[in-house]
Amino acid sequence: MSDYKNFTMNFGPQHPAAHGVLRLILEMDGEVIRSADPHIGLLHRATEKLAESKPYNQNIGYMDRLDYVSMMCNEHAYVLAIEDIMKLDIPERSKYIRVMFDEITRILNHLLWLGAHALDIGAMSVFLYAFREREDLMDCYEAVSGTRMHATYYRPGGVSKDLPNVMPKYMLNKNQNLDQVEKLNYNREGSLLDFIESFIDRFPKNVDEYENLLTDNRIWKQRTVGIGVVSPERAVDLGFTGPMLRGSGIEWDLRKKQPYEIYKDLEFDIPVGTEGDSYDRYLVRMQEMRESARIIKQCCNWLKTDNGEYISSNYKIAPPDRDDMKESMESLIHHFKLFSEGYCLPVGETYACVEAPKGEFGIYLISDGANKPYRLKIRAPGFPHLASLDEMAKGHMLSDVVTIIGTQDIVFGEIDR
Amino acid sequence: MNKIRELLTDHIVDYIETDMITVIVEKSKLKMILTLLKEDKNLQFTQLIDLCAVDYIEYGKSEWQTREATSTGYNRGIKPTSHSRIDFSDETDDDDYELCVIYHLLSIKKNLRIRIKCFLDNSSLIIPSVTDLYAAADWYEREAYDLFGVLFEGHNDLRRILTDYGFIGHPFRKKFPLVGNTQVRYDPEQRKVINEPVDINPRTLVPKVIRKK
Repeated sequence: MSDYKNFTMNFGPQHPAAHGVLRLILEMDGEVIRSADPHIGLLHRATEKLAESKPYNQNIGYMDRLDYVSMMCNEHAYVLAIEDIMKLDIPERSKYIRVMFDEITRILNHLLWLGAHALDIGAMSVFLYAFREREDLMDCYEAVSGTRMHATYYRPGGVSKDLPNVMPKYMLNKNQNLDQVEKLNYNREGSLLDFIESFIDRFPKNVDEYENLLTDNRIWKQRTVGIGVVSPERAVDLGFTGPMLRGSGIEWDLRKKQPYEIYKDLEFDIPVGTEGDSYDRYLVRMQEMRESARIIKQCCNWLKTDNGEYISSNYKIAPPDRDDMKESMESLIHHFKLFSEGYCLPVGETYACVEAPKGEFGIYLISDGANKPYRLKIRAPGFPHLASLDEMAKGHMLSDVVTIIGTQDIVFGEIDR
Repeated sequence: MNKIRELLTDHIVDYIETDMITVIVEKSKLKMILTLLKEDKNLQFTQLIDLCAVDYIEYGKSEWQTREATSTGYNRGIKPTSHSRIDFSDETDDDDYELCVIYHLLSIKKNLRIRIKCFLDNSSLIIPSVTDLYAAADWYEREAYDLFGVLFEGHNDLRRILTDYGFIGHPFRKKFPLVGNTQVRYDPEQRKVINEPVDINPRTLVPKVIRKK
């Protein structure tokens, strides 16, 4: 036998299974990984530095573009940080709206993760099912903010608009006839809340469908069981949060342990894994989608009976009503100041975090009393996850690297920032 | 809360309670304090949530100081040296920085958070690495080195992480211009991608204002 030596292989940055622009330098012994060195930063936009040059409200849009599959959760951490420094109380209704959209975002994120993860390791059809449901949730985003992804919906003091009373409908077009359009519009006759409710009523059955395809699937189990095992102690040491930590058996969820907004009034459970492998993390995320549906249902019920304010009426922070601006000089001044100079925060610093779909998404904000952040550090959950790739992939086969990237739920918008 | 104060009181420079407990420590005692916090049975700060650096050189300095109205737009009130630089003819001093390294710890067992700040003296940007205490520190320290130039002693792979291969400078320092120093383009004559000084004019759309109430 001839002597084999380890060889080095380049993976990405344009590989479809790399979930974006990940470049891996793999040291291989045959087909076995000896070490993996991720090269990141190919999507680095210096969001933190850009934020230092803009007034607070103009940075909300940047937050959407961090983890671009869980947009509103990123905004949430940012507005929480601002509200925390200002010691601002926000109306109850906006808290419920935020929580509802956080959970919609969680489902959106997990559906994309599920579709892409399954596609990476050989199950094509799940992707198509997952995107069917994502479409409806993106319509919810569009109904409140006008955009399907980068919503910029949360504002310091509340949310930018109230929930609409009419759900936008499909219109007759050259690709669909009247019957098809009517079929698409069957649950869009009422308000947005009616639409979300009808979605939530059918969604658990959809999750059953995905589970039918995967949970007992022999190939799926062969590809995920025992792959990328992380012990609870290592998971903590490596800085894991979210489903990555819970998959290893640690019951830690900020929504329960350090509740923000109105999570403490809601009923939901925290799924926890036992083995810490990719299959457990899959099960945890699937169960999280069901729990999110439960939370959305409770928020819907509350919001239907409430007619409160959706944004604070402190006009130093939130814009006044547009109609008032035509009549009232003071409203006009407030509006002008808010959209030109912005507002100044008191001197201080804070770390605000939310349980984003991927883990703990935190904003460390330092204010020196100006109208712009002095320093904004974004604590992205994916960053420590990807840092552990070397450890998780070591000793596995090349094809398992794809499973591990998938199970980590990597999105480069937040890792490279 | 009091436990932390009791445990650390002899070793720290300052103790502040804001959104969470914040302690300011000296560089020489940093690792000792982190070990104490991690191993104390009543605290168990076993997770490093975040590690970042901050450049305090422009803290509390506003750009906008004009009181009278003029007709020449925003730039009238902006001091050219305040935020990075406005004009590329301005001299900048690369040694102008005041760095601080900030650690956020989390205790999952006790549901506690703590922030540890360690200011660096400009004469030495070397700080002990905490990778042997927290595995998560590996990439965070690489990031702080890349963006701020903090040197972590004992880190065994202190490479740049976010910026491009061959990048020069530490871009998140306040004196580093927002638009950068170089731009790349394809040069048809040399038939390759070249680096050259940036030719766009940096401008300030909204000046930094500090209003005291």
